[in-house]
Amino acid sequence: MKKHVEGAAIRLENCSKTYGSSARALEPVTLNIARGETVVLLGPSGCGKTTTLRMIAGLVAPDKGGRILFDDQDVTDQPIEKRNVGMVFQSYALFPNMTVAENVGYGLKIRGVPRADVKIRVNEMLAMAGLETFANRSIDQLSGGQRQRVALARAVAARPRVLLLDEPLTALDAALRERLRTDLDRLLRSLGITAIYVTHDQQEAMALGDRIVVMSNGSIAQIGRPNEIYFQPANRFVAEFVGAANIVEASLKDGFLELPGGRVQVGSEASSRREAIAMVRPEAISVVPPEQSSWIGRVESTSFLGDRVRISVGEAASTPIIIDAPNSLSVEIGDRVGLVIPPSSVRLLPA
Amino acid sequence: MPRKLSFTLQFSFTILVALFLILPAIMSMLAGITTNYARGVSSGLTASWIIEVWNLYADTIVRSLVLAFTTLVCTLLVGVPAAYALHTIGGRIARLIEEVITLPLAIPGLAIALALIITYGGSGSFRQSSAFILVGHVVFTMPFMVRSVMAVLGSIDVSTLEEGAASLGASRWQRFITVVVPNVRPGILAGSLMVVTLSLGEFNLTWMLHTPLTKTLPVGLADSYASMRLEIASAYTLVFFVMIVPLLVAMQIMGQKQSRSSKS
Repeated sequence: MKKHVEGAAIRLENCSKTYGSSARALEPVTLNIARGETVVLLGPSGCGKTTTLRMIAGLVAPDKGGRILFDDQDVTDQPIEKRNVGMVFQSYALFPNMTVAENVGYGLKIRGVPRADVKIRVNEMLAMAGLETFANRSIDQLSGGQRQRVALARAVAARPRVLLLDEPLTALDAALRERLRTDLDRLLRSLGITAIYVTHDQQEAMALGDRIVVMSNGSIAQIGRPNEIYFQPANRFVAEFVGAANIVEASLKDGFLELPGGRVQVGSEASSRREAIAMVRPEAISVVPPEQSSWIGRVESTSFLGDRVRISVGEAASTPIIIDAPNSLSVEIGDRVGLVIPPSSVRLLPA
Repeated sequence: MPRKLSFTLQFSFTILVALFLILPAIMSMLAGITTNYARGVSSGLTASWIIEVWNLYADTIVRSLVLAFTTLVCTLLVGVPAAYALHTIGGRIARLIEEVITLPLAIPGLAIALALIITYGGSGSFRQSSAFILVGHVVFTMPFMVRSVMAVLGSIDVSTLEEGAASLGASRWQRFITVVVPNVRPGILAGSLMVVTLSLGEFNLTWMLHTPLTKTLPVGLADSYASMRLEIASAYTLVFFVMIVPLLVAMQIMGQKQSRSSKS
């Protein structure tokens, strides 16, 4: 398969969206997406991620003043059919009146590509999706995972400038979702196409995104690489939405958090603030015998999750602290334990 | 044995009612092939009445068929895009328009015919042509086409399908032809059968709109009942049955298919 990196760079300038007379669904957003980059729009439902995607697609027009550029070309007033985008819908939107091959070849046929060339490209796409033997099946004879692959093959068959994916895995069950996510990741890398992916699943976002745009209440909460989003969340919303997080509110003194169960040292960013909101990831905390730590708590619950043990420790802070410990750890409910956190793993969040 | 008895009674009653309803149809058709109805079937069976009907009324049969299919073409060309447009617009305006289109169902055919005559009856050549009846039939059958297409449009997520097609570069017209129409085909088929059947059997409107030179089959039927001998009128009914029953059966099959596919 020919590798094509002719994807476009995308720029959203000041794009907001108001539906009717109701409140703004999307605050003015400015966003740059590099050529060939995979950007994931992540957030809970109603955060504006789908509106943003549909704006890039050309299915929704931004409010006056917003501009959308593909490679410095203003496409704001172009409808979707002129933008040369490929789109995978949550419901797949496959055409029930056509076979698998006809679905995949639809975009090429519409563009007036000669029939023989359509056939070659369709076969290429079906091979990529592992669907060669399904070419002449009708859509309702396919499983959910197969439909998803047809939708993807159809979206990229006509070599779009941008690939847009609207929760493409949400309709599938968990095991299949994980497998297809890996396939999808490999495919996006091999195509080298600019891709924008909408999801509410933070694991999916981490696995697929070069960068993640976390959205909340119609605006961007943070933009960053997956590890930045995870380790350095910009605010409490991002910290809690992306992965599990312990959020503790405490007073800060001489670079230490003063907690009911003891003192916890804060990394270099310790400021002169008196009150702090600190975030610690559950896996960053280790459990040690009480005498080896200055921060003590009591085990309230444990649950064995196979690859790890999740422990809830009370008395250490005003709210229970969640810890993901190695699965070899054995503690009982009621045990007094010491907790240790590397100072660099304590992240102070803006109040 | 009270249970068996009650079943027997119910069964007999059902059979009796069915016979009561179907007997007139059988008698009427039988009369059409009986040599002399006054003397009963014992006078022998014959096809000559049917031949006679053909000689007398062939033009009305042909006219009815041509009218029905022209009506169908008109309702397809106008009704299918109209249904799609109404579905796309949605909201209160679309509902209002749908109501207006449906209005002819509630108004007696005679009243519609009168309105057409008052408004357009003055233009002689139009008034005297079959086109005048065609207009009446299109007005009368349009709601059936529009509604049956809209029902299917409502049952499939046509806007997402269209977005899919648009994302692949299809213009509005291409989307309509390649995606919308093929996927509402069940509705179009059901609507078509309805339109043809209704147009073939329409009497009220047509009776008002017709001229002695533009009689349709049902109008001819009334004419033959009034002025011909009973056997000819009955043979005529037989011809009408032969034309309309296959359409009704097809409609039934279509309906079953649709309900089955919507269940699965």
